[in-house]
Amino acid sequence: MQIIFDKVNYIYGKGTAFERHALKDISFCINKGEFIGLIGHTGSGKSTLIQHMNGLIKASSGSIYFNGEDIYAQGYNMKQLRSKVGLVFQYPEHQLFETTVFKDVVFGPLNLGLDKLEAELRAYEALRMVGISDDLLDASPFELSGGQKRRVAIAGVLAMKPEVLILDEPTAGLDPRGRDDILDQVTKLHEEAGMTIILVTHSMEDVACYCDRLFVMNNGELVFQNPTKEVFAHYKELEEMHLAAPQVTYVMNMLKEKGWNVSCDATTVEEARDEIIRALGSMH
Amino acid sequence: MEMIKAKDLSFEYIRRDEEGNVESINKAIDNINLEIEKGDFIAILGANGSGKSTFAKHINAILYPTEGSLWVNGMNTAEEKNLWDIRQTAGMVFQNPDNQIIATVVEEDVGFGPENLGIETKEIWRRVEESLKAVGMLQMRHMSPNKLSGGQKQRVAIAGIMAMRPECIILDEPTAMLDPNGRREVISTIYELNKKEKVTVVLITHHMDEVIYADKVYVMEKGHVVMEGTPREIFSRVDEIKKYRLDVPQVTDLAYELRKSGLDLPEGILTVGELVKALEEARRKL
Repeated sequence: MQIIFDKVNYIYGKGTAFERHALKDISFCINKGEFIGLIGHTGSGKSTLIQHMNGLIKASSGSIYFNGEDIYAQGYNMKQLRSKVGLVFQYPEHQLFETTVFKDVVFGPLNLGLDKLEAELRAYEALRMVGISDDLLDASPFELSGGQKRRVAIAGVLAMKPEVLILDEPTAGLDPRGRDDILDQVTKLHEEAGMTIILVTHSMEDVACYCDRLFVMNNGELVFQNPTKEVFAHYKELEEMHLAAPQVTYVMNMLKEKGWNVSCDATTVEEARDEIIRALGSMH
Repeated sequence: MEMIKAKDLSFEYIRRDEEGNVESINKAIDNINLEIEKGDFIAILGANGSGKSTFAKHINAILYPTEGSLWVNGMNTAEEKNLWDIRQTAGMVFQNPDNQIIATVVEEDVGFGPENLGIETKEIWRRVEESLKAVGMLQMRHMSPNKLSGGQKQRVAIAGIMAMRPECIILDEPTAMLDPNGRREVISTIYELNKKEKVTVVLITHHMDEVIYADKVYVMEKGHVVMEGTPREIFSRVDEIKKYRLDVPQVTDLAYELRKSGLDLPEGILTVGELVKALEEARRKL
């Protein structure tokens, strides 16, 4: 097990008038190579949770283990943890600052203390992984399109060679194709490099297409940590948490109510199509 | 009469080097002709960089046409004397609510616009109350904006524009930073304003499900308007939409896939209810 949270609590502004219990007794395990979706309405504690994973925030109580080691133990190498658990914040392109794309990406590995050649190799590889072509390496990051900028920012994190990649709403503000491009690249990292992925998103359709397991946060509690399809079966509970299931889940459930012999666990367009065709075919 | 009329509208971003020589020219809008009627709800779709936002910025004269003309309620945006009236006629709401809210109390933020227009105090308070009521935020009037959720902040920003009594509101991706609940709040508020207050709405978005109730949808690509029609007409052309880096609502996609597999369903299905109804009919015919 790669990441273990054991009864983690976090309280903002403890002892002040603004005290808020942001994480309540959170316990879970994440295995190496999993693709996890993390959903929850604004203020449910998603961002607080992911910032615990690479030690940016220290839990008020409870323990966190990474690769079997307690990250709060004395002498634990936090710097190394942060290179192993890469965190891509919302709107990461706002953090681009260098004069060229390549310099921006190489900044991270250089900062880790790697020698120049190794750092440049990693930067080059990272840019290739996110699909930025060679002719853009010397361009100013500010000349790129929104989707390109975001991919450069993600490359900056990939160049640190993380084992776990956490992305906080990586597709916000991108057009549908830009969204698919980014998520397809992430899937490739997951499949080819075996990277563990944690995807924070508001899009249930994306979650349904890409994630094995779904974590649902509500008011600081982790309410679900089950396979994606199982979670969407609880769509009425999700609605109470101001969330929703993908549109096709609603279609399947309505058909079932009308007496169709369909299974309701389809969450993607392809699954729903096949299930509906099957149900109609079986009526002949 | 039309609220917004564009004739042969083009706009070029010109980049200059340090000596002022032209380095590159980027034609963001290329010869657009369109007319938007008063009271209409219009949606503009398009990939990143297709010129949507550049066009929107022309409507309240933040940018001026390089070629061609744009009229807002009959006023030419290229004439400087119209500037004040145009900005009062057409209000703009941007993507990030945090960049648009300036005051420390909700009602003061909403009052800022009309105060700036030199309206007398009593009338300002009347408008503040009305606008907050219209967006469903009246009970939060004394709160600090930073205690609000994203969707609530965005509704306050919309109320701030409404308080200036514009005839037209332009919203540039107002829900991009919101969660599903916040999105629903904001979108239903906008439709409500359009219906009840008869405000002309121009909504720019990447979320296809937000435009299905619009009167008309324009699709932009590389500065051109490449598709226009009702949502049903637009979303019937699934292949074409995808070609422009866009998408269709998930149910529309499912209906399209089922048609391809030989099911007899009507084109341009937009909602879950419509699809279920159509499937029931298809089943009956079997």
